Amino acid sequence: MTTATDTTLLDFENVEMTFPDGTVALRGVDLTVNRGEFVSVVGPSGCGKSTLLRIASGLETASDGTAKLTTDRIGYVFQDATLLPWRDVLSNVELLAELQWQTIAERRKKALDAIQLVGLGGFEKHLPKQLSGGMKMRTSLARALTLDPELFLFDEPFGALDEITRERLNDELLRLFVEKQFAGLFITHSVSEAVYLSTKVIVMSGRPGSIVDSFDVPFPMPRDPDIRYTAEFAELVGKVSHALREGHA
Amino acid sequence: MSDTIKRPRRRTLGDGPGKILVWGPPVLVFAAVVGVWYFISLVILGERNFQFPPPDEVFGVFAVEKTRTDIFQAFLSTAQVALVGLAIASAIGIVWAIAMNLGRWIERSTFPYAVVLQAVPILAIAPLITLWVKDAFWARTIVCVLIALFPMVSNTLFGLQSVDRSHRELFKLQKASRWIVLSKLEMPAALPAIFAGLRISAGLSVVGAIVGDFFFQNGVLGIGALMRKYQSRLDNQELFATVIVSVLFGVAVFLIFGLIRRLAVGKWYDSAS
Repeated sequence: MTTATDTTLLDFENVEMTFPDGTVALRGVDLTVNRGEFVSVVGPSGCGKSTLLRIASGLETASDGTAKLTTDRIGYVFQDATLLPWRDVLSNVELLAELQWQTIAERRKKALDAIQLVGLGGFEKHLPKQLSGGMKMRTSLARALTLDPELFLFDEPFGALDEITRERLNDELLRLFVEKQFAGLFITHSVSEAVYLSTKVIVMSGRPGSIVDSFDVPFPMPRDPDIRYTAEFAELVGKVSHALREGHA
Repeated sequence: MSDTIKRPRRRTLGDGPGKILVWGPPVLVFAAVVGVWYFISLVILGERNFQFPPPDEVFGVFAVEKTRTDIFQAFLSTAQVALVGLAIASAIGIVWAIAMNLGRWIERSTFPYAVVLQAVPILAIAPLITLWVKDAFWARTIVCVLIALFPMVSNTLFGLQSVDRSHRELFKLQKASRWIVLSKLEMPAALPAIFAGLRISAGLSVVGAIVGDFFFQNGVLGIGALMRKYQSRLDNQELFATVIVSVLFGVAVFLIFGLIRRLAVGKWYDSAS
């Protein structure tokens, strides 16, 4: 496991989470996310993966241990797109900058840029109910991008999408990762998605969640989509899946 | 492909061969109602049909200018009371619900009284209100407010509290103030519920205004007062005509507030109605 350095954006040390009802969600979690890293966390459902992210973002406070964030520019992408149904795409993407009291000109420019970046140009005036699931997620990504985050936190963002859409959004996300140079902490229950996207994959055990294994992903960035069909990729996916099963047992 | 745009399905209402299916049934029901009305009035009651005058006699009263003016004046007076009552009920209802949403303790301590208010038999206390408030207009308006308030309070509160947890967290992550959460998240999210409440309250407000009218026989008579006058004189045709006007008024209010709701939130909010 890596240790904290001056390029560290997120540093968890022995983080524990016990909910008021006594459920222990996380136990002894050590985790760092450095600049240039894209770290995925896989684990069985209910293992506290999301709790990990909620602590990282400050939505929850760890009951023990320290969770240190060294940047205030974080992007949070929720499980669902969390768009406001009464706002069109442009206005939804502008929301976060608006909440930070940026001027209209400033936030409009950022929003339009972000919309282009996620490939939604031309859909600025569409309402969320007119969009497909994939397009909603793109809007949600664009919204997070307007804050130009140094650290992106993803809470199973593509879990509800079909395979084709999910793969396409994975490619887009990798492109953004290379282009915008943010670090990522990505929660998913798909092992192949985790391996494909990440520089490092962390495996968690079932409740109480703790880290059981960690794999560095050797494939270079930018990543060729066809890498998914190579033997090396399959082998790594196999190893991670094995660790997942072990941890679960 | 799922990553493509969804087109809203076109509705066939009001055009093409679907038209007759849309308008046919209500027109048939209307004809049947008029038919039954004539049957009861002319065949069953016959000579004694002053208790239940046939449609032509009822609508005939509109030909008499005095009656027409009386009914129209009464309608205006009642409509005014209903409208002002609705406006006040909406304002109080929305502000009250916002206050309850801001503080759980306000909700815990005052919401039961909204329920109590709704349970008060208005018919019984309306005469009391006329004793307490001497001004006829305001006394009638108070009756109206009492009747129309509850749906506004409960619907607004429900709407404000219906906001998704993830939406709240989205705002929380940006450290949005309570006021920003209210104005940019909770209020817009509550609008569909508020408009649904407004439609219910509008209907109740009309009923409230008419009930209020019953207790004021001086000055410009409201629809309710006029009904009572006709009732006491056994002017049953006029009474029926007035009832019909008040029904049409209620239906119009229902349709108008449905339209306002559609214009306000219909674009983004899907509802079954």
